[in-house]
This record gives sequence, C-alpha cells and structure tokens, in this order.
Amino acid sequence: MKTTEELHQILSGQFGEEACELKADEKVAPWIIVKPDLIRDIAKYLRDEKGLRFDSLMCLSGVHYQKENELGVTYHLYSTTEKHKLTLKVIMPEDDAHLPTVEQIWKTADWHEREAYDMFGIRFDGHPDLRRILCPDDWEGYPLRKDYQVQEFYRGMKVEY
Amino acid sequence: MTNVKEKGPEVTLMPPIDTGKGLKTQEMVINMGPQHPSTHGVLRMELTLNGEIVTKAIPHIGYLHRCFEKHSEEMNDYAKVIPYVDRMDYVAAMNNELGYAIAMERLMDIQVNDRVEYIRVIMSELQRIASHLLAIGTFGLDIGAFTPFLYCFIEREKILDIFEKASGARLLYNYIWIGGLMNDVPADFKSDTAEFVKTFRPKIKELNDLLSMNKIFIDRTANVGVLPEKVAINYGVSGPSLRGSGVHWDLRRDDPYSIYDRFEFDVIVGKGEMGTLGDCWDRYIVRVWEMEESLKIIEQALDQMSDEGDVHEAVPKKIRPPAGEIYCRTETPRGELGYYIISDKSTSPFRVKARAPSFVNLSVLPAISIGAMVADMVAIIGSIDIVLGEVDR
Repeated sequence: MKTTEELHQILSGQFGEEACELKADEKVAPWIIVKPDLIRDIAKYLRDEKGLRFDSLMCLSGVHYQKENELGVTYHLYSTTEKHKLTLKVIMPEDDAHLPTVEQIWKTADWHEREAYDMFGIRFDGHPDLRRILCPDDWEGYPLRKDYQVQEFYRGMKVEY
Repeated sequence: MTNVKEKGPEVTLMPPIDTGKGLKTQEMVINMGPQHPSTHGVLRMELTLNGEIVTKAIPHIGYLHRCFEKHSEEMNDYAKVIPYVDRMDYVAAMNNELGYAIAMERLMDIQVNDRVEYIRVIMSELQRIASHLLAIGTFGLDIGAFTPFLYCFIEREKILDIFEKASGARLLYNYIWIGGLMNDVPADFKSDTAEFVKTFRPKIKELNDLLSMNKIFIDRTANVGVLPEKVAINYGVSGPSLRGSGVHWDLRRDDPYSIYDRFEFDVIVGKGEMGTLGDCWDRYIVRVWEMEESLKIIEQALDQMSDEGDVHEAVPKKIRPPAGEIYCRTETPRGELGYYIISDKSTSPFRVKARAPSFVNLSVLPAISIGAMVADMVAIIGSIDIVLGEVDR
C-alpha cells in the first residue's frame, strides 16, 4: 500500500523529475501529471514493477479544458494485490492531441480510448482499432468538447429538433 | 503518425475450399442483431463463421447512445443529473443513484444520518435481487427455458411493489438524492420487506431445482464461453462475471462504501462445479447465490435500522461543491460502476464520466467467443448480463 506521494517519488526516481509532477494542493485525492510521450512506459512500469503492480485500469476519461485550450486524459489505476490507487493525468494542446496507447497494457483501455477519441478527438498512437464507438462512423465533430456545435444534417436528416 | 480509421476493419475471408464433386465451402459473415431477441437490447454482433464455429466476433454498440455525459454538463444542477443516471442501467436504477449520491457526498463532504444509510442499503440490495432475477430469467429464456422466466418475474414484481410504495415509480425511481432521500419510506416498509425476505428464500431453492440443476441447461452452459481469471482482470471485467471466474472481489467488502462494513456476508465465487472454472454456468450460479447474500444483508439491516432520523436532514438547498474532482466506485448488480466527477465550483458539473460495468464487461466478448458455436453466442451474451442502456449511455 503506497500513497500518491510515495509513488511520485518512485516515478521521478525512475523517469526523472521533469517527467511527472505531483498535484496535491486540491481538497480531494492528489494526482500526478505525466508527460504525454512517456505515458506508455510509465504505465508498463507501474503494472509490472514489484511492489506497485497496478493490474487494473479502473477508468480512462477524456477531459476538455476549454479555458486553457487543452485536452486531457485521466487514468484511474488500482492494484488488486497491493490495494493502492493512483490517478495519472496527461495534458495536451487542443490542436495536437495525441499520445501513446496503453491498450496493450490494460485491455480495458481498448474501448475507453475509442470512446475518448469519439467524444474528444484525442488520438491514441498505436491503438489497433481506433475508430468511433458510440457515434456513427461518419459523424462530424467531437460531442463532449465544450465548443461542440452539432451538425445540421446527418445523411439528409435534420439533427436539431 | 496517427492511425485513425474512419471505417470498421475489413473482414478478410479465407479463400473457398473445394470439397469435391463441385461443392465449395467458405467462411461467412453474418450480423447478429441489432434486433436479435437474445441481445437484450440493440447490440449488433458481426460474426465470421466457419460452418457453425465462430472465428471472429466484433460487437458494434452505440444504438442507444443518448449523450448522458453531455446532458449532465448542460443540466445546470447536480441534482437534475439523478433522473439521467436512472436511465443508464434501467433495471438497477437504485444502485446507479446510490453511486452518484455517494460520489457527490464525498466531493462535498456531507454525512448522511444512519437511517438514510440503512434505507439506501436495503433499497439497493432489493434492487440487486430484482436485477439478478431479471438476468437469470432472461438467461433461461435465451437458452429456451421459458417457465423460470415467469417465476422470476413474479418475485421481481413484489420488489417493484415495495419500490412503488416508497417512490411512486416502478422502474426509474429518482429516490436516492444527494444528501438524503426523496421522501421517507412508508410506515409498512419494514414489514413488507421482512415479508418478502421470508417468502423469497424458499424460492431460490425452487429456482435451483427448476433451472440451475436442469440437465439441458447445464449442457448448454457448462464449458461454454470460458473466461480465465487473468483475462478477466486485464479487461477490467467486474461484478458477477468476474467472480464467476473465481476471483474474490466485491467492492462492498474490498472498498467499502456507505455502511457495508457493518454487515456479515460472503463473497460468492464460481468454483467450476459443472465444468471449467469461469464458464457460463459459473457466472450464472454466482448471481443465484448472491441473491441469498443480499437477503442476509437486508435482514441485518432491518434489525439494526432505527426509526429515528430525518431523511432530508443533509439535503443541500443549492448544490455548489468545492472545486475538485473525485472518482468513486460502487458495486452494482453488473459490477463496478464508477463516477468521475469534476467540479469547477459552479452549479453545473464540469465533467461527469460514468464507467459503466456493462460497457467494460461487453468488451471481453470477442476474446471469449472464438471457437464457440453460433448457438453458444446466445448463452455467452446472456451470461455476461449486459444492459445496453448502460453500455451506450
């Protein structure tokens, strides 16, 4: 059982101080902000390292921070053997939102990443089957972005009613 | 660099094989659903078949997508999200409400009184029984056993009557509110529930005689759709589907919320009694015995519950949580339901993400259906117990 502070120490020892940043000033659970390029390596390390063993990805969510013009992905991890939790965040610029996939590490990420792509337009490099999951394949725009404008017609049908 | 596909994966079929006498055989792609009776809603499976054997299965979802998350952001009130939460898993609405209410209470640091907690636990355990009865009944129905379905629905109806007396609704309750309940339970709630517990217990045995130990039922479900433990954890499968693979994992015990740490109950796991560990029968029988455990919890809760306490005590007038975020998970009849809520100090949520258990459980389907017969696909889908309202949100 390790706290987020201890896990941050381990990660910055392994990947360098600048790779991950601890945010603990909020009222609720603290989180670690990770550089986009490193998420895959860090995820693999977290899953396989003895004493960490984050074998389950509880949730993967896309977030749109409109004020900062940024898109984010939040990973909620849990270890069924060590019983500790960890929240990782990746923040990317809105116009170039892509990061490596973690689908090969936790299969849960397969559909969750597709959902994040569908809803926010975040691209996951290396995902084997990255296409829309909830919306139709030829839908326009990313519905959960804060500035989303619904398309007027979809295949000749009026969308807004 | 990017690898976005605008279309589904191309299906490549093996070339036709000449079987002699001018006859040829070839793989075939067929659609199962979206209007297939065994898909429990609108799910489309794209099956590649070699004769009767499934060589590839691709689920296509989204037919029921109603933008729950976008709606929540536009609601301008945290309390108004609750009716939408009901409509995700529409056969286990109480559990969905409970998860949302607990997440919001943790975010806002509200404590509800004991009476509210006990009513919530009783309601959500009754809902678990109702939901499992539906799952068991329709699973039998899928496989061809029509009668158990009717027996299950008679019992489920009694639970819905209890809910109707308390909340006025039979399916979508809007009963558990942030910081309390919509209104107090009626005066005869305790006696009604105790009566139900008493009459329902023998019915579990009856159900076992009728369906669980039926030779044809066992033949159809044992050794079918085997889900190994490692695969289940890696895919994030939860709830009875995970416990069917022999994993001792129940959030009520392992990550307690509400007052579940006050009750004695067992975590039911599959044992591979009829065949391989983690087959359809194991997933099914976990649900049957879990109803018994829920009865135990309800009995203890009825004993401990006090008649003192106002159910509106902690309900806030205007909900304006402090800035921050929370991920909170609860055990619904289908597994781990998580809410990821971000608050920016305004009256409407900045982001609400629901980690729906059915969504994750369904994603394991392609992995466990390879090599199954077409008719087994029906059993496998039924045994995972998905609700499409929750898959598509």
